[in-house]
Amino acid sequence: MAEHAQPWSLGGSLRGMFSRKTIDDETWDDLEDALISADFGPDITDSVVAELRASVERFRTTDPADLKRMLRESLEERLARLDPTLRLTARPAVVLVVGVNGVGKTTTIGKFAKFLANHGRSVVVGAADTFRAAAVEQLATWAERGGAQIVKPQAQGQDPASVAFQTVEKAQREGIDIVLIDTAGRLQTKSGLMDELGKIRRVIEKQTEIAEVLLVLDATTGQNGLAQAQAFIEHAGVTGLVLTKLDGSAKGGFVLAVQEKTGIPIKLVGQGEGIGDLTGFTPHVFVQNLVG
Amino acid sequence: MATFGNLTDRLTDAFKKLRGKGKLTPADVDGTVREIRRALLDADVALDVVKDFTARVRERALGDEVSKALNPAQQVVQIVNDELVSILGGQQRRLEFAKNPPTVIMLAGLQGAGKTTLAGKLAKWLAGEGHTPMLVAADLQRPNAVTQLQVVGEQAGVPVWAPEPGNGVGNPVKVAKDGVKEAQRRQYDTVIVDTAGRLGVDSELMKQAADICKAVSPDEVLFVIDAMIGQDAVTTAKAFQDGVDFTGVVLTKLDGDARGGAALSVASVTGRPIMFASTGEGLGDFEPFYPDRMASRILDLGDILTLIEQAQKTFDEEEAKKVAEKFATDTFTLEDFLAQMQQLKNMGSIKGMLGMLPGAKGMREQLDNFDEREIVRTEAIIQSMTPAERRMPKLLNGSRRLRIAKGSGMTVTEVNALVNRFEQAAKMMKTVAKGGVPQVPGMGPIPGAGYAGGGKKKQQRKKGSRSGNPAKRAAEEAALAAAPKTSVAAGSGFGLGSAGQFGSGAAGDPDAKGGPSEEELAALQKFLGR
Repeated sequence: MAEHAQPWSLGGSLRGMFSRKTIDDETWDDLEDALISADFGPDITDSVVAELRASVERFRTTDPADLKRMLRESLEERLARLDPTLRLTARPAVVLVVGVNGVGKTTTIGKFAKFLANHGRSVVVGAADTFRAAAVEQLATWAERGGAQIVKPQAQGQDPASVAFQTVEKAQREGIDIVLIDTAGRLQTKSGLMDELGKIRRVIEKQTEIAEVLLVLDATTGQNGLAQAQAFIEHAGVTGLVLTKLDGSAKGGFVLAVQEKTGIPIKLVGQGEGIGDLTGFTPHVFVQNLVG
Repeated sequence: MATFGNLTDRLTDAFKKLRGKGKLTPADVDGTVREIRRALLDADVALDVVKDFTARVRERALGDEVSKALNPAQQVVQIVNDELVSILGGQQRRLEFAKNPPTVIMLAGLQGAGKTTLAGKLAKWLAGEGHTPMLVAADLQRPNAVTQLQVVGEQAGVPVWAPEPGNGVGNPVKVAKDGVKEAQRRQYDTVIVDTAGRLGVDSELMKQAADICKAVSPDEVLFVIDAMIGQDAVTTAKAFQDGVDFTGVVLTKLDGDARGGAALSVASVTGRPIMFASTGEGLGDFEPFYPDRMASRILDLGDILTLIEQAQKTFDEEEAKKVAEKFATDTFTLEDFLAQMQQLKNMGSIKGMLGMLPGAKGMREQLDNFDEREIVRTEAIIQSMTPAERRMPKLLNGSRRLRIAKGSGMTVTEVNALVNRFEQAAKMMKTVAKGGVPQVPGMGPIPGAGYAGGGKKKQQRKKGSRSGNPAKRAAEEAALAAAPKTSVAAGSGFGLGSAGQFGSGAAGDPDAKGGPSEEELAALQKFLGR
C-alpha cells in the first residue's frame, strides 16, 4: 500500500506542472484535472481556470511558479470572502449541530466541548440523537473526555426537541455558558426528518436565540455536499460549516463551491479522531495544505 | 432542494443540435461526449475513469451501426448506458459461503460509511435466507461502537460476540479471532466481523485491518463505501484493496440524492463487484445491487432509457411509413386510427410512460387528470362499427350512429364527437403530409387531451396566478387553450385526437423514427415547466 497511502495533495499532483518551464496547453489541462481531483467540481474548476488564464494573459507571465502563486491567491481570496468567526457571545450560547449520517457530528461535538473547556467555558451537551443505536452513549463518552455535562433523554426514542429544550433549560438554570446540541444524522432527502430539525429549532427559539447552527460536512463527500448544504440551510438555518475528516486523503474541495453558492462560511475543521483535533478555519492554512 | 437534475436538460440541448441528422458526425459526438463528461464529474465519478469512459463512448458512437428505431441522440444515450451497465455489472455475483462453516464476512471502510448499521442489515438478511449469523464487535475504537452493534444485533435478533467494552480498550485482532472460534463452537454458520472505520492513509490502522484479515481469513471482505463520496473514492478504494484486498463492495446511503458516481469509480478501478446497496436506516433497507438502476441514477436520466427501449420495441418504422403514405393519399381510415391507438397503448400505460420522463415525477397531479379510459372508450366506439363503416366514415348516418352508440355503451353525441375529431385529424394530417402547416385551433379543446388541461394548471402556477377564483382560472385556461403552441406541444402529443398527430412525426419528416423523438420529449419537458 506504499504509494497510495501517501496523503494525496493538490501540490503533489501539480508538481509536474509547476516544474515545467513555460505555461502551455498541457499546463492548463493538468491544472483542470488537479482541481477536479480535489473535488472542486466542474463549475468552480472552470471558473478558477478562466480566472487564472485571464491573469496570466494580463501579467504576460510564462513562469509556472507565478501561476502557482496566483492559484494560491485565487483560492485563498475566494475562501476568505466570508468571516469564519464563531459567535458565541450570548449566554447561554446555543449551538445546534446538524448533518447527514456518519459525517462526524458526535465526534465534532466532543472535540468542540473540549476546545471550549480549554478556553475556560462551561459546556453542556444535549443528546438529541435519540434515533441511532448507542448514539447517546457515544456522546456521553465524548462529553466525559471533554469535561462537559450531558443531558440525556429519559426514554429511548424520546422527542429530540424535548431533549434540546431540557438542555437549554438546564444551562439557563445553572448558568452554563455554552450549549451544544447533537442531532441525529439525516439525509437531506428525508423531508420528515428535515421538518423535525425545524421543530427542534422552534422549540429552542422559544427559550433563547440560537447562536450558531453548524452543518458538519465530510471532506470525502463529493458534489452531493452542495445539495446537503442547501437542504440544511433551508430547514435548519445553518450559520456555519464544519469540515471533518481532513486528515484523510480527501481535501474537501467541494466546500469552496458550498461557500460560494450559499454564502455560509466554514468555521471549524476536524482533522482526526483525537480530542484535540479540531481547529478554527484559516483560509491560508487550508490553501497551503491544498496547494502546498 | 438542490437542482442537480440539469443533466437531462443539458443533454436535451446537446441532442437538439443533433436533431434531424441521420448519422452521427465526429463533431456531434464530441459535443455530446463533453456534456457526458461533465455530467459524470458532477456525479463524482473519478476523473481517470471519466476519461477512459468517454473515450470508449466516443469510439463506439462513431463506429456503431445506426439503429433504425433510434435517432442519433438516443443512440448516444443507449451507448452510454450500455457502457455504464457493463462496468457496474460486469461481474455480478452472490456471496460465497465457505464449504466448512462458519463463513467469515469482514466489513471494512472509512469512518461513518455505515459499517455497523450494515452489519445489522446483513445479519438480518442472512437470517432471513436461512443462515445463522453471529456478529463480532471488533470496532474497539469509536466510543460505544460495541454498544451500537449490540443494539443493532438485538434488533436483528442475532447474537453479538463482544468480549471487550471498546472505547479504545482491547485488541480487535484477538476479538475477531476468538469470535470466529466461538461461532465454530456454538455452530453458527456465518460470522460478520465489524471493524473500526479507518482512513486509507492511516498506515497503522490499515495494518491492523490487514492483521484482522490474516487472523480470521475471511471468505468475503466487503468494502463499505458511502454513495456520497467524491473523487477520493479511488484513492481510498485502492488503499483498502492493498490493505485488506476486499472481495466485494457495498454502497450505502443510497436513499439520499447523491448520484453515486463512486460506484462506477470503485468498480472500474478495483474490478471488484458491487454486491449490495443499502437504502435506508431501517434494518430491512438492504438489497442486492442492480447495475442498470445505478447506471441511470449516475446519469440522472430517469427512466428515459426504458422509454427508448419501449419505443424501439413497439414502433416499427415500416408501419410508420405506411401510415404516412395513407395520410398523403387520403386513405387514412378509422381502422388505421384504431391501429395507431393500439400501438400507443402497447407502450404501456400512458401515465406510466409520462412518469418515466426525467423530472416528471413532480407532475403526478397532472397525470392523475389524464383519463386512460378515454382511449378504451374510443376503441369501443370504433370496434362497434362495421368494417365498411370504419373505412368509409361517410356511411355513418343517424341510425348507424345510434346502433354504434348502443353497441359501445356510449351516447350518440360521443360517437359524433369522435367522428368529427377523426375527420379533423385526417384533414390536418393530409396537410402536414403534403408539407403544409396544420390548422391548429380546432385542436384546442379536444376532450381526450385531459392531460393538456393538467399542464395548463402548472403553467398558471408558474406565472404566479395562484388565485382560487375558478372564473379567472377558466379564462386563463381558455386563453392558453387557444394558444396553438400549447396544444401542439403536449395535448396533441399524447391526447386522443392526437393519435393522428402522433403519426405526423413520421409523416412530416420522412426519416423520422417511430418513437417519440427527442423534439417531442424536449417540448413536453419544456411544457411541464422543467
